[in-house]
Amino acid sequence: MGRFHHHADGSVHEHDHRDVGDHSGYADTGTERVTVLETILAENDRTADRNRSDFVDAGVTTVNLMSSPGAGKTTLLKRTITSLSGQLRLGILEGDIATDLDAYELEGLGAPVSLVNTSAGFGGECHLDATMVRSGLGRLPLGDLDLLIIENVGNLVCPAEFDVGQHSCAMVSAITEGEEKPLKYPVMFRACDVVVINKIDLLPHLDFDLGLFLANVRAVNPKATLIEVSARTGEGVDEWRQWLVELAHRRVSAPA
Amino acid sequence: MHELALCQAIADTVSQRAEGQIVTRVEVRIGHFRQVVPDSLLFSWELLTAGTQLDSCELAIDHVPAVIDCRACGQMSTLDLPILLCRSCESSEVTLVSGEEFLITSIDRTREVC
Repeated sequence: MGRFHHHADGSVHEHDHRDVGDHSGYADTGTERVTVLETILAENDRTADRNRSDFVDAGVTTVNLMSSPGAGKTTLLKRTITSLSGQLRLGILEGDIATDLDAYELEGLGAPVSLVNTSAGFGGECHLDATMVRSGLGRLPLGDLDLLIIENVGNLVCPAEFDVGQHSCAMVSAITEGEEKPLKYPVMFRACDVVVINKIDLLPHLDFDLGLFLANVRAVNPKATLIEVSARTGEGVDEWRQWLVELAHRRVSAPA
Repeated sequence: MHELALCQAIADTVSQRAEGQIVTRVEVRIGHFRQVVPDSLLFSWELLTAGTQLDSCELAIDHVPAVIDCRACGQMSTLDLPILLCRSCESSEVTLVSGEEFLITSIDRTREVC
């Protein structure tokens, strides 16, 4: 690497050895290489930190729930709202590229829902970013909540790259998606603290090898909690509910 | 898929650092484990910068391989898939040395010559 040095205008920067010969006032080519070394998502990360600090101030634990389209996030959430009723005050921030179909499905179950459509971006962003989440927070009574679940846009790639200010990442993976998904979408599987394996009521009807799937998850993420559920029948949902309750209690007793 | 959003973030940072000068090249360092398709990033960059201050600014991608260091046998291995096992002794006692980089490393600024 090069050396840091000062300029007359007070700026300080660094050059690689290979660049800029004449540096006395950019007389010849006038090109200078300036070291930046800033993470590409720095601005997003700053907004995510602001969200997180708002969550901490309001005493809300926040989970970023991700999956591919059709894995069963919304069905699981409907079960979650009902099963947490009277135990934790839950709010939902619903991210979708377009339509209010999912938000509509979740309305009226006893949890406030804030919808964020991402289609305002370049023809529909494939993920929620920290700013989009921030735009939806004003429509939620944060101070009256214990737990906020952010239902991200259905996509196994992009949402994993964007911190939205959550305390924990969770994903739903349906057995109809196949055993190889953890190896094909490792960044998502690595990012999550819990993997909810959904649609296990279909096990007898599919060639899905659950053991192989679990081994593939373990290969990319040895630490994740694994919970098998059927959001359709309700089987296993209590274990998921318990995971959420423990997460919320852990955060209340040891705030960040 | 999110390359356009990444390019927007890169363009925002580059514009802030341009200090009124013309930026002719920006270099990013991206680890193998980040989900970025280089061709897609370059395509998005052209699309996004066309007709702006950054029109014809070159985007250079420094791809960093994913390397793990085994604490059991001391061997370093380069990985393709993010299965964190030592290639020599298959131990999972490994540290990821590189592969998750996601940085704007430098910009080349040109001052207009009179």
